[in-house]
Amino acid sequence: MARQEQKKDVVIVGLGWTGSIAGIELAQEGLEIVALERGHDQNTVPDFQYPQQIDELKYGVRLKMMQKLSQQTLTVRRSGDETALPYRSLGSFLPGNGVGGAGTHWNGLNWRPQPAELKLRSHVVENWGEGIIPEGMNLGDYPVSYDDLEPFFTQFEKVAGISGYAGNLNGEIREGGNPFEGWRSEDYPMPPLPTTYDSSKFQAAAKAMGYHPFPAPAGIASTAYVNPYGMQMGPCNFCGFCERFGCYQYSKSSPQTTILDALKRYPNFSYRTQSEVLRVELAADGKTATGVTYWDDAAQEEVFQPADMVILSSYQLNNVHLMLLSGLGEAYNPLTGEGTLGKNYAYQMNGGITMFFREEEFNPFVGHGANGMVIDDFSISQNDFGAEGFIGGSYWRSGTFNGQPIRNMPLPAGTPAWGAGWKQAIGENYGHAMSIGSHGSHMAYANNHLDLDPTYTDRHGRPLMRMTFNWQDNDLRMNQFMKSKMEPLAASMNPDLMQAGFKNIGAQYDVRPYQTTHNTGGHIMSENAREGVVNRYSQTWKAHNVFAMGAGNFVQNTQYNPTGLVGALAYHTVNAIRTQYLSNPRPLV
Amino acid sequence: MSHSRGWPLPRKRRKAPPPVPLEDYDRAYLNADEWAFVMAATARLIPSDGDGPGAIETRVPVFIDLQLAGDYGAAGDWYMEGPHDPSAEPARGWQSPLNPAEVYRQAIPAFDAWCEETHGEIFAKLSPEQQDASLTSLQKGDVGLPSELRDFFTILLANTKEGYFADPIYGGNHGMQSWVYIGFPGARAAYRAWPERHNVKYPLGPVSISGERA
Ligand SMILES: Cc1cc2nc3c(=O)[nH]c(=O)nc-3n(C[C@H](O)[C@H](O)[C@H](O)COP(=O)(O)OP(=O)(O)OC[C@H]3O[C@@H](n4cnc5c(N)ncnc54)[C@H](O)[C@@H]3O)c2cc1C
Ligand code: SF4
Repeated sequence: MARQEQKKDVVIVGLGWTGSIAGIELAQEGLEIVALERGHDQNTVPDFQYPQQIDELKYGVRLKMMQKLSQQTLTVRRSGDETALPYRSLGSFLPGNGVGGAGTHWNGLNWRPQPAELKLRSHVVENWGEGIIPEGMNLGDYPVSYDDLEPFFTQFEKVAGISGYAGNLNGEIREGGNPFEGWRSEDYPMPPLPTTYDSSKFQAAAKAMGYHPFPAPAGIASTAYVNPYGMQMGPCNFCGFCERFGCYQYSKSSPQTTILDALKRYPNFSYRTQSEVLRVELAADGKTATGVTYWDDAAQEEVFQPADMVILSSYQLNNVHLMLLSGLGEAYNPLTGEGTLGKNYAYQMNGGITMFFREEEFNPFVGHGANGMVIDDFSISQNDFGAEGFIGGSYWRSGTFNGQPIRNMPLPAGTPAWGAGWKQAIGENYGHAMSIGSHGSHMAYANNHLDLDPTYTDRHGRPLMRMTFNWQDNDLRMNQFMKSKMEPLAASMNPDLMQAGFKNIGAQYDVRPYQTTHNTGGHIMSENAREGVVNRYSQTWKAHNVFAMGAGNFVQNTQYNPTGLVGALAYHTVNAIRTQYLSNPRPLV
Repeated sequence: MSHSRGWPLPRKRRKAPPPVPLEDYDRAYLNADEWAFVMAATARLIPSDGDGPGAIETRVPVFIDLQLAGDYGAAGDWYMEGPHDPSAEPARGWQSPLNPAEVYRQAIPAFDAWCEETHGEIFAKLSPEQQDASLTSLQKGDVGLPSELRDFFTILLANTKEGYFADPIYGGNHGMQSWVYIGFPGARAAYRAWPERHNVKYPLGPVSISGERA
């Protein structure tokens, strides 16, 4: 029999971005809370300190901050006709592990989606009619609007300490900001960071073509800053060891730098590491959860943690896996369209152009994870889907973010991969190239979904989750459109050489190269229990005392990095718990 | 702008003590034949002639030996449970039942046998031109390795470049020579004044995690 711990008011599963938000906001209510984290504890000092953290091999290549696939992984196939095979070594996406989660080693690009993206189905139907929606695409509206979420975007940005320049301040469009963004009730908490050479070249070229460049919104401190929890940040020094690394200063926005030290001061909050939650336990009637069962790695035994409320904040992939294993919804069947759990898994469609300028110096090692100038002129709200033949959009960005040579060595196409030619090319080209990236939307499709694998199991004997995912024509067409628009811009900068990398129509998903850790959907939000897994407050339709945080809530993915929306939804959820649920626990919709 | 003044060079350059010659190096994982192969192969993947250091001066073979002896070689972080389908399409990722250390162990004799059959000698004894031709065949998948060894060339090349560019604490990139060659400042990681210095070459040489300077 499992050991049993003392009952708590709240158990939090996973102590990354959303778990930390839930922890501190609910701790303010005086609730007894325990957070269970499967990984290790880690903090700025001593874990991220200089110079040990400045190690490309350990963190950038061997990925020592990431989920250990020997502990937990999933299988992948591209369609129902293939046999899914395990994701054995990290490649395409890099889920986090340990206190802080992926929030520790993210890039810090912090976006709000456009208002149209949250009501995308309506936006499409109103402007072009239902007829343009391709067969097999599950296009939906979020059950929350931009206006509903605006206060919570602002709240997350204040906590996370975001640097930027508002382009739409209460409806007033401001020169130098993003004219296509949704309205902001306040400007960013910190001004934008300085602009590196590549960004300024891109900015000038974009302006000359009539586009609207603006500084990328960055979870990277540009000045000294104190957030609403009293946490202090100091300005970034462009160390260039940002994405995949913990910040050795207190400059990158993370659970460690913005929440956790304040949270740990609450006597009613505690957390246990090396504690991997195995399933959520449901009451006999299946209508509420009684707590969670976890694996205590130190004691090597299963433990039952009873609680009145369960917050799932273990990252999108882990949340969906736990929900499938716990019966927190009916698994989606793409053939019949029945069931909702695992439905609408989506990702991100990216491309880019690299340009070589032999005589110019870019110092690529000077940068941070969210560096750069951006344009949103080809974003979702700006594209004529009817005329272009796709639904979607992207933002373009240029800015150095790491010059670490094992992974960041752009060379002219045709350069040999080894030998004398390679060695000569690295000497000639390092530091003389810049790039522009297109970061694009990804829609939801019947084909792309998550369920349990029939063959492979984890160390606890549980079935692995199975991902069925492939690129679809709609998003590939969007990508090709971006290529056709980006090439003239890049050419206008007169590089000595330029080369484009955009997936072609027919491209098949390849799990090996890193793409993004923006896995979305699977426990999507919906207006009613027939269409999704959670309601507008991220409360599961199945059990009213289980709330599921994170990008699993996304109806389809947006064109942006997910965490701005993830953070806002987390604040929206805890606000509903505080103001509506605690006084009267029940389904809120 | 001029950089002859303003960024003083460190008064005392800290140099690592001279390392054990590669011939006397006490191997952690590779056996003598494997060592001979790795020495010969990395010397062609990143040759010593021309501008910039080669794999041998930067002690890439030491790096590879240590990596294979450790967690990477053992695929300690990877999911290695069966069933395995090593002949699956490459886009499906690593599907070999073998870990990287085992792949080296089995692939080196298999490739050496192919070299002997094709060129009359094992790889280490071939001429540089024959070695390059053999590596090209290996790269193209023309050597007929069984599918569980298919990724051998990919990891050999990746590990060689890792050893060339990684911090010297891992045994390669001796003297930070590769960083000096390309102009990467290593573990300096502090550039507060630099984002606005547009199109100006950063003037300082690298430092390493253990405090070497070059
Ligand atoms: C390299 C990288 C770069 C990124 N860059 C950006 C970016 O620039 N902008 C952006 O918006 N997003 C970015 N992201 C994504 C961003 O990190 C995530 O959106 C965000 O961290 C999600 O928050 P979360 O709370 O859902 O999950 P996380 O922050 O990952 O936290 C989940 C936690 O749950 C724990 N856990 C998992 N399973 C269990 C279990 N069974 N039991 C107990 N604990 C468990 C994990 O160990 C982890 O600590 C990036 C991600 C990566 C990996
Ligand atoms: S680039 Fe800036 S924010 Fe990122 S890790 Fe370095 S100092 Fe921290």
